[in-house]
Amino acid sequence: MPKLLEVENLRTQFHTTEGTVKAVDGITYDVSEGETVAIVGESGCGKSVGAMSILRLIPHPPGEILEGSRILFGGKDLLAMGDEEIRHVRGGRISMVFQEPMTSLNPVLTIGLQLTETMMLHLGLGQPEADRRAVELLGMVGIGEPERRLKQYPHHFSGGMRQRVMIALALSCNPRLIIADEPTTALDVTIQAQILELMRNLTKQMGVALIVITHNLGVVARYAERVIVMYAGKIVESGTADQIYHNPRHPYTIGLLNSVPRMDLRQGGKRLVPIEGQPPDLTRLDGGCSYRPRCRWAVEACARSIPALEAVGDGQIAACFRAGERALDLEREFDLDEASGA
Amino acid sequence: MNAQAAMPAPSAAGSVAKGETLLEVRNLKKYFPVTEGLVFQKTVGNVKAVDGVSFDIRKGETLGLVGESGCGKTTTGRCVLQLDRPTSGEIVFEGVNLERLSNKALTPWRQKIQVIFQDPYSSLNPRMKVGSILDEPMRIHGIEPDPGRRNRRIAELLTVCGLPAKFADRYPHEMSGGQRQRVGIARALCLNPDFIICDEAVSALDVSIQAQVINLLEDLREEFELTYLFIAHDLSVVHHLCSRVAVMYLGKVVELAESDELFDNPLHPYTRALLSAVPIPDPRVEAQRAYQTLKGEVPSPLNPPPGCVFHPRCAMAVEGCRTEVPALRELHPGHWVACPEVS
Repeated sequence: MPKLLEVENLRTQFHTTEGTVKAVDGITYDVSEGETVAIVGESGCGKSVGAMSILRLIPHPPGEILEGSRILFGGKDLLAMGDEEIRHVRGGRISMVFQEPMTSLNPVLTIGLQLTETMMLHLGLGQPEADRRAVELLGMVGIGEPERRLKQYPHHFSGGMRQRVMIALALSCNPRLIIADEPTTALDVTIQAQILELMRNLTKQMGVALIVITHNLGVVARYAERVIVMYAGKIVESGTADQIYHNPRHPYTIGLLNSVPRMDLRQGGKRLVPIEGQPPDLTRLDGGCSYRPRCRWAVEACARSIPALEAVGDGQIAACFRAGERALDLEREFDLDEASGA
Repeated sequence: MNAQAAMPAPSAAGSVAKGETLLEVRNLKKYFPVTEGLVFQKTVGNVKAVDGVSFDIRKGETLGLVGESGCGKTTTGRCVLQLDRPTSGEIVFEGVNLERLSNKALTPWRQKIQVIFQDPYSSLNPRMKVGSILDEPMRIHGIEPDPGRRNRRIAELLTVCGLPAKFADRYPHEMSGGQRQRVGIARALCLNPDFIICDEAVSALDVSIQAQVINLLEDLREEFELTYLFIAHDLSVVHHLCSRVAVMYLGKVVELAESDELFDNPLHPYTRALLSAVPIPDPRVEAQRAYQTLKGEVPSPLNPPPGCVFHPRCAMAVEGCRTEVPALRELHPGHWVACPEVS
């Protein structure tokens, strides 16, 4: 598959009174045509800022995407584009689905107007043609009586229905890439399943690539082909979903998997193994591995330099000096292979 | 004998032995009136937030109360806490019906039933130092009249909850979400309660921090012989932490069973759909799982469907489900289901 998006050494910082926050600190990854990639990590790890940087939605000031960062989309650098040019990419070739559908839809405009406006702008459609397509889109995302619903306002819709509208909006201009930032975090679990199923089917059907940003490791396991794990502004590990869940090589990935209770396994009074401590203050990062203070595997070398991402398997990379040691496997709490065989 | 003395007051030491019934909720109903008109308000309907819920909690156990937004799980908790007075039904704690008590007579009981809220950002007063947040309830309930000893107890509580004692001098905004939640837990503990309602107590936390707080709750349960009502929507956490689980849908309990039994052998069609919607953090398990997505959305509690409230979304629904309200039946020992179609 040809590369659709290539992010190279992306660095995004925020200049605050407390100091400079290195929200995204040199991340490199790519997304192929039609692929589903998940970016996982906890609050403040830079997963959302990294995604917003792709569409240059970082407020400046205080935010700044540093020189030397490159984001190639279909071979063109999004960061080098003029304002007019990037505006055609936003909502056109690349669209976004946000977490909170109430705040990302305009409350004083009808759903129909919001859908047709986008299509008239990006696709150059006339009103009748845009109206026809809006009806079709709402039908596609499973909203009944689309003609009537188009005349309604966002507050007439439930949370799940609003997220369906957001997906219709994201698909309206035939994008090549959809970035979904915590698309189901605000939704109930049965509605979450509906929405994720819908997104998966529609993106597969239309061959659209999808970046899902989430903290939910279950969602990742169900939907993603490839997984990128972030911690304190950096990618610490990436690989196929199977590699990340069954052969994690970075202590943070292992710690994250150990922290999540498993609904499908009998608990039998077993305790969770959390990651001790807190994520670091991003204004006070030193020259060592930022996971070091919480890492049970940290050695002296971890304080001296930041480990680079290195290959640890077929297409799997991890940023840890000790990623190659088999002893790390003993850290895993659930015997995953046994669990999935059962 | 004055009237005050005749009021039932809680005994000093927990009078209920481990394994015996600590709390009984009987046919609890809480309706919120919906009104129209600014000056001359009239009631045009009722939101039936909780509509006939019954369950018991035994001393020392953790009962999970799960369901989706608007199913009434939080309102049930607020009624047990007596923050909302129920429309009807009984809340019997240590054998005393709290519904019959006046606000004043309730005071000693409030000390025994404490709560931990979801959002550690909005449930702590931003203008109070952590020390004062913990000091105030002890002063009001007269737990410890001597300020010096109170301060020592505050330091102890913080340590028990995994925070440095010097945090007593901090304001909530100087702490992370996980640390604030630990303060919320310390506040619940400071009155020596028997029973704590955890309302989405770990939902706002990141997974690595969430695991720390779950372990803390388990340790405290052992150490202080606590009983929890654990209200949550995250079924994986509930399975981990709870001994029994009640599933609510639209104001009613649809299934109640031992935790492992419920997760291994869910019977109610709603429970089945709910469990199958939860993604398991393992791609190999996910690849093999058959899951059915539930169609449609939860109906409005203002105008719930007649008969079984789940019938419009239920694949198993038959004619009778549209008219008959199903009662909870005990299909296996301790496993209760409100559906006539399952066996």
